Amino acid sequence: MTAKTGALPITVRDVTKTYGSVHALDGVSLNVKSGEFLTLLGPSGSGKTTLLMVLAGFTRPDCGSLKFGEDEMIRTPPHLRGVGMVFQNYALFPHMTVAGNVGYPLKLRNVPKAEARDRIDRALELVQLGGYGDRGIDQLSGGQKQRVALARSIVFEPRILLMDEPLSALDKKLRDRMQIELRHLHEQLGMTTVYVTHDQREALTMSDRIAVVNRGRIMQLAEPQQLYDRPANKFVADFIGDSSFLPVAREGAGVSFAGATLLMDGAVPEGNDLLLMVRPERVRLLTGDLPGDTNIFDAKVTELVYQGESYLLYARLPEGSEIAVRGAIREGTFGKLPQVGDAVKLGLHKADTVVIADGER
Amino acid sequence: MSVTDLHAAGLRRDERLERWKLFGLASPAILLVLVVLVIPVGWLFYVSFVGADGNFSLENYERMVSRKSYLRIFVTTFQVSILTTALCIVIGYPLAYFISQLPTRWANLCLVTVLLPFWTSLLVRTYAWLVLLQKQGLVNQWAISLGLWDEPLKFVHNMTGTLIGMVHIMLPFLILPVYGAMRAIDKDYLKAASNLGASPRRAFWTVFFPLSTPGLFAGSLMVFVLCLGFFVTPAVLGGGRVIMVSMKIVSNIELFVNWGAASSLGVVLLVLTVIILWIASRFTRLEQMAGGGH
Ligand SMILES: Nc1ncnc2c1ncn2[C@@H]1O[C@H](COP(=O)(O)OP(=O)(O)OP(=O)(O)O)[C@@H](O)[C@H]1O
Ligand SMILES: [Mg+2]
Repeated sequence: MTAKTGALPITVRDVTKTYGSVHALDGVSLNVKSGEFLTLLGPSGSGKTTLLMVLAGFTRPDCGSLKFGEDEMIRTPPHLRGVGMVFQNYALFPHMTVAGNVGYPLKLRNVPKAEARDRIDRALELVQLGGYGDRGIDQLSGGQKQRVALARSIVFEPRILLMDEPLSALDKKLRDRMQIELRHLHEQLGMTTVYVTHDQREALTMSDRIAVVNRGRIMQLAEPQQLYDRPANKFVADFIGDSSFLPVAREGAGVSFAGATLLMDGAVPEGNDLLLMVRPERVRLLTGDLPGDTNIFDAKVTELVYQGESYLLYARLPEGSEIAVRGAIREGTFGKLPQVGDAVKLGLHKADTVVIADGER
Repeated sequence: MSVTDLHAAGLRRDERLERWKLFGLASPAILLVLVVLVIPVGWLFYVSFVGADGNFSLENYERMVSRKSYLRIFVTTFQVSILTTALCIVIGYPLAYFISQLPTRWANLCLVTVLLPFWTSLLVRTYAWLVLLQKQGLVNQWAISLGLWDEPLKFVHNMTGTLIGMVHIMLPFLILPVYGAMRAIDKDYLKAASNLGASPRRAFWTVFFPLSTPGLFAGSLMVFVLCLGFFVTPAVLGGGRVIMVSMKIVSNIELFVNWGAASSLGVVLLVLTVIILWIASRFTRLEQMAGGGH
C-alpha cells in the first residue's frame, strides 16, 4: 500500500444541485489538498451526502466542475473514477465472504490470484481483522463490518477515499477507538480523504481541515482550532461548541459593549451587526485582584447546574444578556461556588475576546 | 425451596400454557389438512394397491412400467413443465427486473396488471387463448391480412398452444417471488459495486443476479411443481395431442372407471413432486416461496 505517492487533490467549483425547490448544493467551491483529511460537517439536510455523492459520481449535479488532479471528472461514470468509498450502512455484499468482499475490486481489475490473496490479507491485517477472511458477513459485529468496508475501499489503493458517517452506527466507546484508528490509517496510507459527519467532536478530533456546510453552502473552511477560536460567522460559532452572544458596537478600530471599550487581540470583521462570542469554558469567575488584560463583566447568577466533571453557571448582565460559564470541579469547589442571586465578576481574557459578524456570511 | 427457584415452576407452566394457546390457533388449519389431505391421500394409496379383482395387487404400478404409453405421458409432463418454467424465466425475470427498478408507485401499478389475470377464471382465460389462436382466430386473421404469413398457422391443439397458455397462467407465480427478492436488494450494493470499479453489466452479474437467485429459484420451483399436475390448459389447448399425467388420471376415471389406475398415477405424481421439493429444499429454504427476499 503505497498510496502516499499517488494522492490526488480535489477541486470542486460552483457545483449546484437542486431537488425541486431545495438547493441541496448551492454553488459549492472547495479545494481538498493532496493527502489531506477533510471533513464535511453540518446539520442534517445540509447537503453533505449530496456533495459526497457528487464526488463519487452517484449524483449528477446541475452544473459545476470537479477535478481530480488535473482531470475533469464531472461526467465520468462512478466505476471509472477510482475513488474508494465507505458507505454509511457499509453495503457489504451479503453473498460473499469477508475475503470475497475485500477481493471484489481486485477481481474486477484482473489482479492475479496469488497477488490478490496477498493484498486481501494485508488489507485485513491493516484493519486488524487478519484471519477473518472466511467469515460470512452476517457473522460480524458492527465495528468489524465497518472495518471490512474500509479494507474493501482501500485494497485497490484508490487515491481518494470518501466516507459517509462511517461511525454513526457504532456505540460511543467503539466510535472513539475507530476515530483514532481511522486517523492512524490515514497517516499510513496518506490518500486524500473526504469524511462526512454531523458530530462536531468527531470532526475536531480527526480532521486536518473542516468545511462547515449549511443549506448547501460552505460556511467556513478552516483548521479545527481556527474554526473553534475564530469562527467566520454566527452560524459556525453556534454550530461548533457552545457560546453566548453579546451585541457590540463598532468604536474606532475596536468595539464596545454597553458603553465600555473591549480589550481584544483579534481584528474586527466588516459589517454593522457585530457580536461578541463568549465560550463558556473561556470565562473565569474572578475573585480578589482584577487582572488588567481581561474584560470584566458584572453579572448576577441566575442558575447553577452540576454536570459531573464540570459545572455550568448562567449569569445575567445588567443590560439583559445572559452568559454561560463552565468550569472544572475539583477539591470540592462546587460547594464554594456563588449561588443563585449572588453578584459575580466574570473575566474574559483579551485573547479569548472574539467579535464576529451577525448573519451567515 | 431456595430463593433462586422462586416462581420457577409457575413461570414454566405459563410458558407451556402459552405454547398450547398458540397451538390452539393452528388447530382449525390442522383439522382441515387432516380432513382434506391426509384422509384422501391415504385413501388414494389404499385404492392404488387394489387390483381389478378387489384384492391387494401391484398391477396398477406394473402397468405403468410395462406400457410405453405411460412412459410417454410422464415424459410429456416433464417436457411441458420444464419448457413452461424455462419460458417463464426468460420472460418473467427481465420483466420483474424492469418493475423492480420503477418508482414504487409505478411498480405497484405494474404488479396489479401482472396479477390481473388472477381475477378471471382459469377456464375463461384458456378458452380466450383458443379463440385467439385457432385457425380462424384473431391472430391468424390479422397476421394474414397484414401479410405476415399466408396460410393460417397451427397454434392450438398442439404443444405450442399448450405452452402459450401455460406460460401465460404461470407467469405471475414466477414474477412475484423474483420481484420480491429484487426489491429487497439494497440499492447501495450496486452503488458499492460500481464504486469499486464494476461496470453496470459487471455489477449486475456479480451482485444483483446472485442476490436475486433465491427468488428466481423459489419462483421456478413453484411454477414447475404447479405445471406437473396441471389439467385445464393442456386439456383445452393441447387438443388431445399433449397428454399429461393429470389428463390420464381423468380419462382413467371418466372413460374406464378404473380408480386403481388413476390412484396409482396420482401417487406417483405426488411422490415425484415430494422428491423434487425435497431436493430443492436442500438448496434453498422453502419459506422463500412464500415471501421472496432473503
Ligand atoms: N434524492 C433526493 N430527492 C429529493 N431531495 C433530496 C434527495 N437527496 C437529498 N435531497 C435533499 O437535499 C438536501 C440535502 O440532503 P443530504 O442528504 O445531502 O443531507 P445531509 O447533509 O447528508 O444530511 P444528513 O446529516 O441527515 O445525512 C436535503 O434537504 C434533502 O431533503
Ligand atoms: Mg447524509
